[in-house]
Amino acid sequence: MIKAILIFNNHGKPRLSKFYEHYNEDTEQQIIRETFHLVSKRDENVCNFLEGGMLIGGSDYKLIYRHYATLYFVFCVDSSESELGILDLIQVFVETLDKCFENVCELDLIFHVDKVHNILAEMVMGGMVLETNMNEIITQVDAQNKMEKAETFIFQSTRQDR
Amino acid sequence: MPAPIRLRELIRTIRTARTQAEEREMIQKECAAIRSSFREEDNTYRCRNVAKLLYMHMLGYPAHFGQLECLKLIASQKFTDKRIGYLGAMLLLDERQDVHLLMTNCIKNDLNHSTQYVQGLALCTLGCMGSSEMCRDLAGEVEKLLKTSNSYLRKKAALCAVHVIRKVPELMEMFLPATKNLLSEKNHGVLHTSVVLLTEMCERSPDMLAHFRKLVPQLVRILKNLIMSGYSPEHDVSGISDPFLQVRILRLLRILGKGDDDSSEAMNDILAQVATNTETSKNVGNAILYETVLTIMDIKSESGLRVLAINILGRFLLNNDKNIRYVALTSLLKTVQTDHNAVQRHRSTIVDCLKDLDVSIKRLRAMELSFALVNGNNIRGMMKELLYFLDSCDPEFKADCASGVFLAAEKYAPSKRWHIDTIMRVLTTAGSYVRDDSVPNLIQLITNSVEMHAYTVQRLYKALLDDISQQPLVQVASWCIGEYGDLLLSGQCEEEEPIQVTEDEVLDVLEGLLVSNLSTPVTRGYSLTAIMKLSTRFSSVNRIKKVVSIYGSSIDVELQQRAVEYNALFKKYDHMRPALLERMPIMEKTASNGPTEIVQTNGETEPSVVEPKHPPPVNQPASQGNDLLDLLGGNDVPVIQTTMPTKPASAGGELLDLLGDLSLGGPAPAPAPPAPASQPPFLLDGLSSQPLFNDIAAAGEAAYNKNGLKIDFTFERANPNPNVAVITIHASNSTEADMTDFVFQAAVPKTFQLQLLSPSSNVVPALNQGTVTQVIRVLNQQKQQLRMRIKLTYTHKGSAVQDLAEVNNFPPQSWQ
Repeated sequence: MIKAILIFNNHGKPRLSKFYEHYNEDTEQQIIRETFHLVSKRDENVCNFLEGGMLIGGSDYKLIYRHYATLYFVFCVDSSESELGILDLIQVFVETLDKCFENVCELDLIFHVDKVHNILAEMVMGGMVLETNMNEIITQVDAQNKMEKAETFIFQSTRQDR
Repeated sequence: MPAPIRLRELIRTIRTARTQAEEREMIQKECAAIRSSFREEDNTYRCRNVAKLLYMHMLGYPAHFGQLECLKLIASQKFTDKRIGYLGAMLLLDERQDVHLLMTNCIKNDLNHSTQYVQGLALCTLGCMGSSEMCRDLAGEVEKLLKTSNSYLRKKAALCAVHVIRKVPELMEMFLPATKNLLSEKNHGVLHTSVVLLTEMCERSPDMLAHFRKLVPQLVRILKNLIMSGYSPEHDVSGISDPFLQVRILRLLRILGKGDDDSSEAMNDILAQVATNTETSKNVGNAILYETVLTIMDIKSESGLRVLAINILGRFLLNNDKNIRYVALTSLLKTVQTDHNAVQRHRSTIVDCLKDLDVSIKRLRAMELSFALVNGNNIRGMMKELLYFLDSCDPEFKADCASGVFLAAEKYAPSKRWHIDTIMRVLTTAGSYVRDDSVPNLIQLITNSVEMHAYTVQRLYKALLDDISQQPLVQVASWCIGEYGDLLLSGQCEEEEPIQVTEDEVLDVLEGLLVSNLSTPVTRGYSLTAIMKLSTRFSSVNRIKKVVSIYGSSIDVELQQRAVEYNALFKKYDHMRPALLERMPIMEKTASNGPTEIVQTNGETEPSVVEPKHPPPVNQPASQGNDLLDLLGGNDVPVIQTTMPTKPASAGGELLDLLGDLSLGGPAPAPAPPAPASQPPFLLDGLSSQPLFNDIAAAGEAAYNKNGLKIDFTFERANPNPNVAVITIHASNSTEADMTDFVFQAAVPKTFQLQLLSPSSNVVPALNQGTVTQVIRVLNQQKQQLRMRIKLTYTHKGSAVQDLAEVNNFPPQSWQ
């Protein structure tokens, strides 16, 4: 089971944080900080697996991370997930984002964090992997976006763009 | 009121903030605006405001006032609203707030909505944060959706079902009928989530596991199709068809095949196929192989398959990708116990991993694995690598590595000299990281290697000259110099060029330790005692007297006490000094002293001579029954012996203190005798008058046979020490009643040493239904005829019985 998915930049600023287990707000922020601290210390040539920090559950949980340009993508998982499989999943996630946003960069994630959440919701649900087929995910996300757009045109009085 | 700003605007504004304080100010302003907007119950802009709130929440600012607004959004008819509302619910709400229950109705309606995406949203939210009450209420709806033909909904329903089962395990039965057709789906998404659902059910309930075993053929077929199907653009990831699904199925197969022969057999072929056919050039191929290896190791696979699996792991170790190496090491560690030989083949690769640059987990795994692979054949080579690793590794690993080295050296040392050299190497390179209990272990080891004493003390002395900062090294060295200082002086060393030192030089070194700032109080204690011991081995007694008297006024209470007592030894008890400070006898190793076990030396870390504060007890028992003392060998050097155990609470207490208070940790000695105060101290009674001789049986017959209690002796020689005879007594009872509280005690003449181990039980069952056995170890260094006095106590038919006997006719083989 995936416990949390975090995306933050090289300075530790969170770009996306999704927890599949409940923590209160302060703890969530602490976890983000602790995870950033652990991951940023890592060298470039070491493996992508780390033991989880104290707050997130200690050595029972692993942090599997990938560093793309200015962003760290970190998945915190327990022992029931295959480490190599999660690495692949991160890759699929990033490729999907790339397709949805046309050469995704950090700014896209900053300004469209809700869209990223929507994409993620089509891939991981309740801490478990839902769909891994990139095209399938994109199809569904597009369909839902279309539904949203259709609604905004009905209400002429004020523009509903968020 | 002007329209609330868009999310994009907010983000842009916040990014212009240059300090944390500025950012906080902006956020607070916006929060205020949002709050007033909420108060106005404005439907149009609600979703915009909540979106902004969620963004602020991600940055770490409190957003709980938006919880109710999320609910209102969920209840709205518009998809846009619902989408943000559900997202907000997942981020802000949880089962600890009562508010979340209000969602239940909305979710229920949305689960039956006409638009599949709305249904999807509802399923997603329920599956993420549904509480047990919500799950109970809505399980029926989820189950219905599990049977729908819409694959988009079906896959979501499957994962939602997993969440429901996790929250409310009793509902698992409810989903069973729906699972019937799950595996016949074509859609990979549904297949994937169905396998997850099945996995969850099998993990939770052994009944389900048994039930689903029949699916193994179907799973094997699906897997086969995936591998053989050739290129399918839909599911292709780097040339492999849906690797995620393959991994999932392999995992389920693992659970189903574990412990079950039939299922395991059905899987053997496909596992071999996957193992050999999968492309390994990309990570996805390796992920599948890894999962296959784990499955092979867990189920009851045939040995050829297991070897194949380990070879795959061996190949992983050579892979350039560090992640693969890490994963391989972790798995090999799990399998090394069961498939030791196969893993041995990859030993050199594993040892190379020790040199890997990846400091963290990998080196630790490689180290653990290397230790697991050490055996008698490869000890020299492995130790070289491990010592090199010890030199260069992180401090956090040094303690574990040092302990591992000691343990391995102890088990497999090819020669004593090599062993001592290895220990010296560890002490000099990682001396400060060595565990505290290694010091007594090492001392014992050194004592036992009699022929190496001169060599050892010489090397330790030289090491001390170089460096006195590493406390364990210093402690062991000072102890050795104290014991074997005479060997150091005499210049006899076979192994190495003997060094020439004078007494003064040696004493200089030891005194240097006493005054140095680097020495801990414990180390100082060791050096003081060492200096004291040298008073019987060296001739410069005056110098030693001076040193000892100086420390009589030391601030350190421990040192002061020692110095005062040693002074007393010089003055009042000088006649006892030589005997007290005599060389230590060989310490019997009673238990394997691994790094995790603490050798008990009466609570002191220094297994040295008993403090002179014990002279009073030494003298006291002399007044009680001298002939007993003769027989039991109560002498004035109660150094560590594994002799008479336990001190009964009765009056003979001090006597037995004398004999057995410094027992080396090990199995509990014979149980204390039954302690009614009226019973005289055992073995004292009757012996000063006429000993009661019972039937002196020739060994081979019963050594004792009276009143229905028969005791037989059997003998064997202990390895590796030929001077130790191991005698096992077998007590049997031919009467009709059990003998309870059975206690067997024994005493031997002065020249022997005796150790009684725990009896198998305290009850000798009636009518020869069973025997009580107890092991006696007798150290017979002078090879004299063994004689033994035994005392038996037990309760029979309600009355206490006590008896004494002497056993003399031990067969010559037992003591020669």
